[in-house]
Amino acid sequence: MGELFVDGETAASDTQAQVRRVSLAGSILRRFRKNHQAMLGLLIIAVLIAAALLADVIAPFDPVFAQDYEAILKDPGGKHLLGTDDLGRDTFSRLVYGARLTMLAAVIPVTIALLVGVPIGLFTGYVGGALDHWVIMRLVDALQAFPSLILALAMAAVLGGGFTNAMIAIGIGFLPAFIRITRAQTLAVKNLEYVQAARSIGATERRITLFHIFPNITATLLVQTTLAMATAIIAEAGLSYIGLGASPEQPSWGSMLRNAQSYLNTQPWLVVWPGLAISAVVLGFNLLGDGLRQALDPKANK
Amino acid sequence: MGFIIRRLLAALPVLFLVSVMVFMMLHMLPGDPATVILGDEATPEAIAALRTELGLDKPLLAQYLDWAGKVFQGNLGRSLLDRTPVTELILQRLPATAELIAGSFLVALAIALPSGIIAAARPNQAADHIGTAVSFIGMSIPHFWLGMMFIMFFAARLGWLPASGYVPFSADPSANLKAMIMPMVATGFRESAILMRMIRSSLLEVMNLDYIRTARAKGLSTRRVILGHALKNSLIPVVTTSGIMIASLLGGLVITESIFSIPGYGKLIIDAIFSRDYTTVQGAILVSAVIVVGINFIVDVLYTLIDPRIKLGKENN
Repeated sequence: MGELFVDGETAASDTQAQVRRVSLAGSILRRFRKNHQAMLGLLIIAVLIAAALLADVIAPFDPVFAQDYEAILKDPGGKHLLGTDDLGRDTFSRLVYGARLTMLAAVIPVTIALLVGVPIGLFTGYVGGALDHWVIMRLVDALQAFPSLILALAMAAVLGGGFTNAMIAIGIGFLPAFIRITRAQTLAVKNLEYVQAARSIGATERRITLFHIFPNITATLLVQTTLAMATAIIAEAGLSYIGLGASPEQPSWGSMLRNAQSYLNTQPWLVVWPGLAISAVVLGFNLLGDGLRQALDPKANK
Repeated sequence: MGFIIRRLLAALPVLFLVSVMVFMMLHMLPGDPATVILGDEATPEAIAALRTELGLDKPLLAQYLDWAGKVFQGNLGRSLLDRTPVTELILQRLPATAELIAGSFLVALAIALPSGIIAAARPNQAADHIGTAVSFIGMSIPHFWLGMMFIMFFAARLGWLPASGYVPFSADPSANLKAMIMPMVATGFRESAILMRMIRSSLLEVMNLDYIRTARAKGLSTRRVILGHALKNSLIPVVTTSGIMIASLLGGLVITESIFSIPGYGKLIIDAIFSRDYTTVQGAILVSAVIVVGINFIVDVLYTLIDPRIKLGKENN
């Protein structure tokens, strides 16, 4: 990372130590740390990760097999902190284990979109020409013409439901956005002087895209990735709610909501908890993504 | 006019690719489509009959041309369930969804427009901070959960509104609105969050322009500067957002319609998926994509009508 001298007017008499060197990464990090909303987002995500990793330790009951028929549809309190469901399963334990599926739902679709979308975007943006304009971008347009949830449903119709297929479907739904963003950033960067300089000293195309262009678009991709994770969590919950995502016994927050639908009148807490958990985690990713955007681009949102 | 024609021509390859993707859906099913649809217990005769009906015995290209030709004439085939023409099913279901989209959009606009303006009028002050916080929350709450909470509160607990029971608007407007208000607000709230942020940032941008400074220098009040001068220009990007929003509502309402048992477009798709009625799935998905392409076209054209600079920009390229 390049280094910027900030206090240019530092007196020459103070020989050293007074010159404050601030690296670009340092200044981004500082802006990021000072951003309260980003810190709150990070905290929420940290709690999610901790719950996912330590589910075995935190959850007092097994999320699937601990069925307490003496305590069915119980209100929160006593042995069952957040109450129980229709099979006497402990809601708190299911929520904690649900953090695992939620983490996967955040990570897998975005990984698919990054692994497939970024290389395509880099390639098509860098090479350009008829292939870019007439084939790849029109395919992206066509893919984008399907409302994302309908695309996911169509894929569920073809591939069948289930958590893995839902992840793939959501990931493919992200592809157009990731290709577009990578392509636009590549187009913006590829004719800058430093890229021309690299070309003039004989760097190969592959080297230019991987080592000169790609590092310069990571910031934008980082923001996009974080915000896409928020979308992916809602999408997974939605698909599981419809019954095309996680199976009913899997402790997914979406399938917990699906199950709760039958008890809207009798046990409202079953609806409240998973929804609060989804909202909180999605809020975390939204806050973090927006905070990252502000830290990486000080002019944004001001 | 030239722009409109060019834009129309640009939509053609997209529509072509969309049709190929939807057509291929049936062929991407694991195994022989006719067997998948009818199940393992079906007789060989039944499977052969369905293969003929779906044209599966012809070469792929011939199948596509056949199918696309029929689609072009508005024939989307027949439902595999009850032989109803798919076009008819879609036309039956569209009004409820169209009403939901319009209602959700109005709710979103009614919340976003005033709150976006207030936030931009005094940026970084209390009202702005509250607005931003609420919009973050609005973007993060799954709208289907909000819908369930509404049912729990307003239908189950208070008994003010029916939890379900859709009545067409033409049959009984007041019963219709009673059934539709909860889904409209649940969906519109989330969209309002996105729209509010959009209006705020767009308005802030315009407020920094020279002509606004001139208006201020003339001694106009902030209210007049915003409502009389800035707002109109700041709404240009909002038009695009609205287009995208209507398209995303078409998808998002799929879940809302299931929660409130509204016999709309989304419910049609979900029911068809669960009953393996692939011709209906295909037709409905194709129509939704065509609607989106159409909306994008209208938005682009509106855009050049509202802001002539955009057309100029395109021609200079």
